[in-house]
Amino acid sequence: MTFILILISLILIAIVAIQIGKVSDLTSKIRGEEEVQEMNNKRQGLYSFIFLFVFLGGVIISGAHYQNYFLGFGPHIPASAHGGELDSMFKVTLLLTGIVFIITHILLFYFSFKYSGSRSKRATYVSHDNKLELIWTGIPAVVMAFLVVKGLDAWNEVMADVSPDEEYMEIEATGYQFAWMLRYPGPDGLIGEKNFRLINGNNPLGQNWEDEKNLDDIHVDELVLPVGKKVRVRITSRDVLHNFYLPHFRVKMDAVPGMPTYFVFTPTTTTEEYRQQLKEYDEYNVPVNPEDPESPLLWEDFNFELACAELCGKGHFSMRKIVRIVPQAEYDAWIAGQSSYYDAAVKGTDEDPYKNSEL
Amino acid sequence: MEKVVIQKHQISEDDLIEKNGFDDHFHDHHHGDKFQSNFITTYIFSQDHKMIGKQFLITGMFWAIIGGLMSLVFRLQLGFPEESLAWIKPVLGKWIVINDAGIGTLAPEFYYALVTMHGTILVFFVLTAGLSGTFSNLLIPLQVGARDMASPLLNMLSYWFFFLAGVIMFVSLFLNTGPFAGGWTAYPPLSALPMASSGSGTGMTLWVLSLVFFVVSVLLGGINYITTVLNLRTKGMSMWRLPLTIWAFFITAVIGLLSFPVLVSAFLLVMFDRGLGTSFFLSEIFIGGQALDHVGGSPILYQHLFWFLGHPEVYIIILPAMGIVSEVLSVHSRKPIFGYKAMVFSILAIAFLSFIVWAHHMFMSGVNPFISNIFVLFTLIIAVPSAVKVFNWIATLYKGNIRFNPASLFGIGFVSMFISGGLTGIFLGNSAIDIQMHDTYFVVAHFHIVMGVAAFFGMFAGIYHWFPKMYGRFMSDTLGKVHFWGTMIGAYAVFWPMHYIGMAGVPRRYYRFDTFGTFGHFTELNQFITIAAIITFGFQLLFVINFFYSIWYGKRMTTKNPWKATTLEWTTPIETGHGNWPGKLPSVERWAYDYSKNEGSDFTAQIVPLTEAEQSDVSHH
Repeated sequence: MTFILILISLILIAIVAIQIGKVSDLTSKIRGEEEVQEMNNKRQGLYSFIFLFVFLGGVIISGAHYQNYFLGFGPHIPASAHGGELDSMFKVTLLLTGIVFIITHILLFYFSFKYSGSRSKRATYVSHDNKLELIWTGIPAVVMAFLVVKGLDAWNEVMADVSPDEEYMEIEATGYQFAWMLRYPGPDGLIGEKNFRLINGNNPLGQNWEDEKNLDDIHVDELVLPVGKKVRVRITSRDVLHNFYLPHFRVKMDAVPGMPTYFVFTPTTTTEEYRQQLKEYDEYNVPVNPEDPESPLLWEDFNFELACAELCGKGHFSMRKIVRIVPQAEYDAWIAGQSSYYDAAVKGTDEDPYKNSEL
Repeated sequence: MEKVVIQKHQISEDDLIEKNGFDDHFHDHHHGDKFQSNFITTYIFSQDHKMIGKQFLITGMFWAIIGGLMSLVFRLQLGFPEESLAWIKPVLGKWIVINDAGIGTLAPEFYYALVTMHGTILVFFVLTAGLSGTFSNLLIPLQVGARDMASPLLNMLSYWFFFLAGVIMFVSLFLNTGPFAGGWTAYPPLSALPMASSGSGTGMTLWVLSLVFFVVSVLLGGINYITTVLNLRTKGMSMWRLPLTIWAFFITAVIGLLSFPVLVSAFLLVMFDRGLGTSFFLSEIFIGGQALDHVGGSPILYQHLFWFLGHPEVYIIILPAMGIVSEVLSVHSRKPIFGYKAMVFSILAIAFLSFIVWAHHMFMSGVNPFISNIFVLFTLIIAVPSAVKVFNWIATLYKGNIRFNPASLFGIGFVSMFISGGLTGIFLGNSAIDIQMHDTYFVVAHFHIVMGVAAFFGMFAGIYHWFPKMYGRFMSDTLGKVHFWGTMIGAYAVFWPMHYIGMAGVPRRYYRFDTFGTFGHFTELNQFITIAAIITFGFQLLFVINFFYSIWYGKRMTTKNPWKATTLEWTTPIETGHGNWPGKLPSVERWAYDYSKNEGSDFTAQIVPLTEAEQSDVSHH
């Protein structure tokens, strides 16, 4: 029914449109085409000018209204050590492109208005000006050079791998359709070997139990990290491409089957501290469920999240894991409470290579 | 009085061609015209470049409507996930899942199929074939002064391979397992493994098959465009006298010829991985409860091959639009395009750079971060020739005498869109910012504005401008202007808010957002975008109505050169027959942009010999 109604209204609109077209053709016949074109030039020139104000106004007002979505503005501040560099890069680029955007738009639409055609006027024949070309080649080149240098400076620092003498912890995130598996190294601080051929229902990562580094490795449901500690995430995939995406930490890296990737970052704000920051903003002081005023406020309910940012199939949008950043002491207590996957699920089963030796 | 003057002018133009033109004895050996003798050879298997151009255009419009409707369906899902879509069930059938409460929702696998098809259709079928295919075919012979393309037969085949590609893609929409759903980039392993996604089975096979035929079409067309521009220019038409449209189409064809074959090689290797058990792109995969045999391949290799086409492809889309806009803005502002040579060199620079920036799509794909340094550098350098073009367009309007009509309005709109979308590219091209922005709605906003909307604007400008040449009639001016303002405001309303959502971190290609706290609270903006998209699409229907109505009932063209343009296509008869010029080929005496230069008329056609004053002034051309 809805479908038929839509169809009918479309046909009606078509008829109206054709009639409007016919009427305007007729008027131009009656008034003379040149006359109509002249009026039309004035009117469209004026519309261009009005559009300039509406558009720039809309951009500025909506930008101001949604400023808290901009990187590094309001509550949208990074919770990682390197995030600030990205955000400052963003701000510089925003400033420079903003200036160009406004100037070029003013010129474009102002010229459209100012030089709208008329029979009594004539255009000026100007074919080129090499000096101008040089200026507007040179200035963008210099600005771009500045952005490249500043950007790459930040990039190479952010993307640098850990050096061996650094203190850091390593964890592993493995994407599969459609969730993340998280593995912590356990007391030895080392992640054990794995092989995709060993994967089965009881060994979801394909850990090689003959590698003793695996025996204390922990599987967890939440990504819990101590604040202020450098972490190297080893990112792997079991099936198709995924992407390890932590929006609040400015972290993003593809998970590629057959080729482990990594991202190194240092969380700087605990979940609780971040909630307290959000509390200052009105938009986070509304109930999570708008229909239930008793539900917790957005900032109270806030959690850092791990998402997937590379299309991986029909469940791509659902690969969520909660990320908790906690003080070191709380982290130590939490990790101490976890037992290794080997102990919990493998020990003593047929898959356990040490089954007989332990007997 | 007015009419007589125009009449006189016309006669003198015809005389000029007769006097200075080049006699190729065309009509001595084209008696009876066996190529245009019946309905089938005239309208279906036509070898006339003008008809082939129209075929590309109308096929492109067909696909644009399908692709546009697809986007409306998935926008409804994104903007109003709680509303029932049961009313589309008659069309989409089992892909609308109706729950116990009677609420119909789009199945996630079909959401991804729609997103994939929307991208594939718009990028390849509409903005490559519909844009390049239409205008290169229509304008290259007309503007260089040729009877037709170098090989009319290959030209015809080019259209029919495109048609075949379209048929295969269309069939794939009705597969029981659904069309391909792995994104228009078709990254393996998702695209290579049927067990990874229902669309990766037969859907992907047909998708690849369709696109291989499509590439054949592009290559046949491209070889023809290049040959025609290089070899069939008429007497006096040196390269530096070519209108910028031709420069743009020419370079576009060169880019296509160099990059599309690489895409085919990528597709071929994917098919080997799918069917022959090779491991070019696959390694260490456990899926569907079993470990696959593939070892040693790299999915990233595919991305390199894909983007080696994929990035030049965006220039294949935008360069023809740039050429059209340069021409349209110049004609309607009655001024030469500002900095013609700078415009040509910037096209060349963009074309060259387009081949060495591909990995900027892959900053976050796991390639060595060091390699990204080079690609950031080249990517941001592209901003320089792009900026030169923008400033030249603006300078073309300066001190002009602008005739406003749908063509010139869309030309101006194009410049605005190209600025807006181009500037956001400076964010994304800088790998440091891309860490956060990659694969978010910011990217969606960026490429839709800069190559989607802008290319469409170029296409519209071209259609409104050359419609009289195509059909001998005008499209309605009033409807065209309504179409322009509706689209201009509508397109910004759709895509501008996506910047905000993207900066807030919302990833693209999400079926719904409420699975995450971080992405879930942009409902208002998403609804606004969806409503704006529906309205904007409505304005496009206005264009379609205007287009088809005007083919048969539009205002008739009464003079050969309604826009008072200098280029050669407007010296052909109103009813342009096969061979384009009834007698001799025109001889070109000057460049394409002598507007408001000499006394009297405010344009001097390319066939008009230089005046004595001009001859003594050798400062340019």
